[in-house]
Amino acid sequence: MDNFTFRVGMADARVAKCPSKLVTVGLGSCVGVVLYDKMSKISGLVHIMLPYSNQSKNNSNKLKFADTGITALIEMMLDLGADRKYIISKIAGGAQMFATKANLDIMNIGARNVIATKEVLSSLNIPLVSEDTGGNYGRTIEFDCESGKLLIKTIGHGVKFI
Amino acid sequence: MNINKINETYIDVLKELGNIGSGNAITALASMIGKKIDMKIPTVRLMEFNEVQDIFGLADTIIVGIYFDLEGSVNCNILFSLDIESASYLIQYLMGVNVGDEFTEIEKSALEEIGNIMAGSYVSSLSTLTNLDMKISPPAISIDMAGAILSVPAIKFSELSDKILFIETEFFEGNKLIKGDFFLIPDIESFDKILNALGVELDG
Repeated sequence: MDNFTFRVGMADARVAKCPSKLVTVGLGSCVGVVLYDKMSKISGLVHIMLPYSNQSKNNSNKLKFADTGITALIEMMLDLGADRKYIISKIAGGAQMFATKANLDIMNIGARNVIATKEVLSSLNIPLVSEDTGGNYGRTIEFDCESGKLLIKTIGHGVKFI
Repeated sequence: MNINKINETYIDVLKELGNIGSGNAITALASMIGKKIDMKIPTVRLMEFNEVQDIFGLADTIIVGIYFDLEGSVNCNILFSLDIESASYLIQYLMGVNVGDEFTEIEKSALEEIGNIMAGSYVSSLSTLTNLDMKISPPAISIDMAGAILSVPAIKFSELSDKILFIETEFFEGNKLIKGDFFLIPDIESFDKILNALGVELDG
């Protein structure tokens, strides 16, 4: 990885200016939310694990949740000089990694994360340009601030740009 | 219990728990394949979520993960993982077929069953030891990026804590034909119960 590639782990976020890449490796049921200011090309990536902060007993880490994570990422981007009105979004992840015979709530967390992420983006009036969500496989995502394209790599489910 | 207060005594107890549980699980595997299997001393790791994905080296390493939910008096997850070569070897050995580019449904099902036998031995020894009631879910398999598979237990515990605790046991067959990892991931509230049941005094 070169100096301009930033890795984002679980419950983590990074912002970057052009030229650089934001990468999350091995997204499962979590959702990777990319926010992008088309004009300044300032971009951000947050890797959220859970839908809403008020549904959890432990919400000290804002980046863990869709609602507080996205809000925190916007703040980070504004600090770097992004313009709120040009921000668009792309999302990926939210898979159901284990198909199980047992009816376990945890197995649907991916879908719940995707729904919450969309609700939050819509309530903040941030357009969702494209998405690659659901399924039962992991994804590695790489956002290129220069082109504004999000590369999605999978094991056995192809490679694509959204 | 405050997870940051986990001290050496607790860690030693958890290691011993892992030792007994995985000892039984690995004995079950060894008798299935009729080969000697060695295990390392279990490690107890307390990790931040952003470090979890790198347990297997790179987060995009492909692994075979077999996952169980443990319910009853305690809430735990069990993850049994194998690298692709080990899983192929097991299938070849037990089913007498050569594995192609991808595992077939029946081969996946066989791997689930191997996991099931091992996890069952692990859990029944823990249950006997602690006298706590533990119910294990049916197995679920995923062959994918390590990071994506590990996100499942991580998410489950992210609701309760900002850190995740693993009791990990690595094992390998003498000629390194089979290498795997066995993880017991209790949620934070279950620690108190497990440690209490073993008569460990908790402070704080």
